Amino acid sequence: MSEEKWLLTLVVFLPTAGALGIALFVRDAGRVRRFAAGVTVADLALATWVFLLYAREPGGFQLAVPYGWIPLLNAHYYLGVDGLSAPLVLLTGLLGMCAAFGSWNIQTRVREYFVWLLLLQTAVMGVFTALDFLLFFLFWEMELMPMYFLISVWGTGRKEYSAMKFLIFTILGSAFMLVALLAVYFSTGTLDMVDLGQRDLTNLKLPAQLVYALFFLAFAIKLPVWPLHTWLPDAHTDAPTAVSVMLAGVLIKMGGYGMIRVLATMFPEVTAQYAGALAVLAVVSVLYGAVVTVRQTDLKRMIAYSSVSHMGYVVLGISSLGAAAGGANALGLNGAAMQMFAHGTITGLLFLLVGQVYDKAHTRHIPHLGGLASRMPFTATVFLVAGLASLGLPSLAGFVAEVMVFLGTFPVWGWPTILAVVGIVLTAGYMLWAIQRVLFGPALERFAHVKDASLVEAVPMVALLLVIVLVGVYPAPLADVFNAGAEQVVLRFGP
Amino acid sequence: MGATIPEAAAWAILFSPLASFLFIALVVRPFLNRRYARLAGYVTVLAVGAALALSLWAAASTLRQGGPVGFAPHRWLTLGELEFRVGVLLDPLTAVMLVVVTGVSLMVQVYSQGYMRGDPGYARYFAFMSLFTASMVGIVLARSILQLYVFWELVGLCSYLLIGFWGDRPAAAAAAKKAFLVTRLGDVGFLLAILYLFSQRAVFLERGLNPLEIPDIHEVAALAKAGAVGGLAITWLALGIFAGAAGKSAQFPLHTWLPDAMEGPTPVSALIHAATMVAAGVFLVARLYPVFEASQDALVVVALVGGFTALFAATMGLVMDDIKRVMAYSTVSQLGYMMLALGIGAPRLAIFHLGMHAFFKALLFLGAGSVNHATGTFDLRSMGGLRRRMPWTYGTFLVAALSLAGVFPLAGFWSKDVILGAAWSSGEPVAPWVFWMVMVTVALTAFYIFRVFFMAFHGASRGSQAEASHGAGGHGGGPHESPAVMVLPMVALAVPAVAAGYVANPLSALGPVGAHWLNEFMASLGGEVAEPDVALAIASQVAALTGIAVAALLYQARARWLAPMGRGLAPLGRLLSRRYYLDELYEGITVGRLFYRGMARFTDWVDREVVDRTVDGIGWLGRNLGRSLLPLQNGQVQVYGVVISFGVLAIVGAYLLLR
Repeated sequence: MSEEKWLLTLVVFLPTAGALGIALFVRDAGRVRRFAAGVTVADLALATWVFLLYAREPGGFQLAVPYGWIPLLNAHYYLGVDGLSAPLVLLTGLLGMCAAFGSWNIQTRVREYFVWLLLLQTAVMGVFTALDFLLFFLFWEMELMPMYFLISVWGTGRKEYSAMKFLIFTILGSAFMLVALLAVYFSTGTLDMVDLGQRDLTNLKLPAQLVYALFFLAFAIKLPVWPLHTWLPDAHTDAPTAVSVMLAGVLIKMGGYGMIRVLATMFPEVTAQYAGALAVLAVVSVLYGAVVTVRQTDLKRMIAYSSVSHMGYVVLGISSLGAAAGGANALGLNGAAMQMFAHGTITGLLFLLVGQVYDKAHTRHIPHLGGLASRMPFTATVFLVAGLASLGLPSLAGFVAEVMVFLGTFPVWGWPTILAVVGIVLTAGYMLWAIQRVLFGPALERFAHVKDASLVEAVPMVALLLVIVLVGVYPAPLADVFNAGAEQVVLRFGP
Repeated sequence: MGATIPEAAAWAILFSPLASFLFIALVVRPFLNRRYARLAGYVTVLAVGAALALSLWAAASTLRQGGPVGFAPHRWLTLGELEFRVGVLLDPLTAVMLVVVTGVSLMVQVYSQGYMRGDPGYARYFAFMSLFTASMVGIVLARSILQLYVFWELVGLCSYLLIGFWGDRPAAAAAAKKAFLVTRLGDVGFLLAILYLFSQRAVFLERGLNPLEIPDIHEVAALAKAGAVGGLAITWLALGIFAGAAGKSAQFPLHTWLPDAMEGPTPVSALIHAATMVAAGVFLVARLYPVFEASQDALVVVALVGGFTALFAATMGLVMDDIKRVMAYSTVSQLGYMMLALGIGAPRLAIFHLGMHAFFKALLFLGAGSVNHATGTFDLRSMGGLRRRMPWTYGTFLVAALSLAGVFPLAGFWSKDVILGAAWSSGEPVAPWVFWMVMVTVALTAFYIFRVFFMAFHGASRGSQAEASHGAGGHGGGPHESPAVMVLPMVALAVPAVAAGYVANPLSALGPVGAHWLNEFMASLGGEVAEPDVALAIASQVAALTGIAVAALLYQARARWLAPMGRGLAPLGRLLSRRYYLDELYEGITVGRLFYRGMARFTDWVDREVVDRTVDGIGWLGRNLGRSLLPLQNGQVQVYGVVISFGVLAIVGAYLLLR
């Protein structure tokens, strides 16, 4: 047990140690790459260990020990995982590894780049494992700086604008969260998220609805929920490939995680009260996101907008908690959690693939692309599978998540769910249309030089592909863990 | 095969072609393809052959049991009290479908060895074909509706992959996408039906029933009909399922994908049109038939859609110049017969026709492929006179055409005539309408298929240029008969196309085969069965022979005195050859104008000019606020300024509010 106590700390701070190591000791660009990749592989191994160690019976928070940190504030250094966060830790490890491998082509300021990338991983891992609210907030803020620099220095296009936009949106959200957090803290005197998740927070110094709304804004910006989404397409479009992978794969999941961990768990009454509004926002995100996706001509921007649409399913799943007294079941919430995991792998993979296409064909403009299937058959095959996963093809991860969301939410919110189901036709439409224009059609002369993915480039693709298929065919190992967490949340919603 | 089939062997029917797919995709194609170019084909034939053998065993077991062979389900996913289970359902319907699917598939795979020879995508082709067969078997074997839905979508995927097999052709890529999207539109209905069934599960669970498990569907439907769910709900439920079925089975108004789907290799069309994709829709309705029986309104819709589609598609088949397009409309039309049979309460006749149609339609497509292999074209106008050059293709095609036309005593006659009879004798108010629709269709069917027959095989050879330039394989010397590996499956399919109709459902006992054994065997499907009616049979023969005679007059005898009439009908012909302008309506107007250039453009504009502008404005405000708070800023310090200013603002605000 003694080594397990330190396991989470190790998972969270191993990337930081790696970053320090690079900053202090490693000079040569090739070595930096290999070292960073090694660190992320090790961190993935540790994250996998966390996931496997997590015991579905009895569930609850595990690997968790609070240490005194700032006695004056009653703040603790408190890390731990439950069924909801353990898979997200695994996801972060997986995508961190993929991002490192996907950064092989970075040529400028390589050391600096990998330092920021590794720090980013620490921040996200921290958000998913922190059980002290102040710690949670610190990790939440810590993610900003690496993202800002990664986009504004190594990005493309209007990178400064996009980085700034990302920053302003997120800080705005953080400000709201901080106010809400302080309201909770000054009312209860504790920052212990486990404890807060069991208390009755209806009587705070501010109206619970207001605190809820502030938290919601912070998480809704991050997820993002319509109409707070416009930073996402810009950030994605201009970010380097690996940063897009992290952004779509895990960063925006922080929003969904916050909604479940904070909104649903700490404020069940308010969540139930506003579940209808959540469902409506979810459906607007799903359909609006999908319709706008159809019009996009930049491949990256297209995937970014599809993320807006897909994150709508997460909110929809959460809205199923608003079932009439005692009717809430864990299915919709499980679906939301699964959707976060599935979307993380699928969209992470899609961004890797877009990066591939851009690296080799030097354009992301869909009308200029075409016939790549014959030039890069491996990449094209993976692209096709990832696209199919994204449109919810059964036997791949996205379907399991979507169908769980639908099954869980339909009894509660009939019409919103029906509209969201219609969304799957739109998803199929834009995805297949993009695939048709990018991969199919006659092989073009101007892409004659295009080469298929190298071995290093193929590693993250194959890894993500395997996970997508595995989860799609046999979701039980993952769903069991999520369920252990989701059931605890649902208990908060009455008998 | 004395013993009853064990569960592992039943699963193997699914896993054998699935393993073939995985083996070809992961091992053969990347590693062995160069050295053993034809290995993929052999693996597929072996796997599908094994599946057929096991299917026969399964069918024999079911036949001997006289009912379903019970296998316990397995847990796939458990969430608290909620359990999703998977399993094999082996009942007479499954057994019949298994034999048809794997049997036709095997013939197609053997044929493909010749047809696809030398194609650069040879291994990929057989990988997809294996997966296609496996997915269809998966639908047929599924024990739970959710499990069925998974394979249902996978069938859609395989059709996408195979229709778009030659994806470098823009038309193929577009057709593949169209097939997937149109069928998915129908699948929304199916998925909603599943959601509804699931949402009502509490009602059924307390009676020990699981609404998503097919063995319980009889009792579930009975309970629903008795009022366990709302009055209209069961109708909507059935219609939702039917929407999915109509998409897959290409029923009006979701039929438009099928004629385009022939962009794929011709053996793929044979498989899609005969045994896999389109059969799935009919199978689905038959599988969940109790739900339909519980709603008279839903049945009426099914019957009307079926009858109308039969007639509607046949009219378009009259004028197409592409041999595969004629047959595509023919398939749509014949599926209409099956839907109609389901709609008037005769599911067994629908499945009977499904089986017979599978044989002769697969044969027709293989014949078309053989013609193409020889001439390099699918355009009827540049064919002709192939009778002497391709005697085997000619003979088998004739058999299949007669069977499709429903000429006595071929297979198609028996299965089609009982549907006519059921429509005639049914008491349903819609029955007379649909009866006349399909009666007219009989004549049209005979006409269009014999139009193809005379244009392709009789008369003088046309379009020698096409032969010279496109002669597949470049053997030169004009068209000639296809290799034995292609001819043999055609001959093998010709046998059931001739005889299966009578043998499967004889009027009196035939040695070991009892009278009406197929009807008896599938008795659990319920519904009625009609006896062939001699007067009706004579009427349908007159209709069919009239169609053939007109085709012969026009395309064999080339009767001049018919020409003025042809000119008079030209506007109608244009309407038909433009397919009633439905594709324009769907793709040009609805998707192109209204959606893409209308709604989507508007939303995109709103996103950029309204939503984004607004938040940019707020951001601008924030930045200037930051400036005012922190005057010393340039470069990245600006960033910190924003961070700090918001942080300070928030803390000050909180402090003022809370203390």
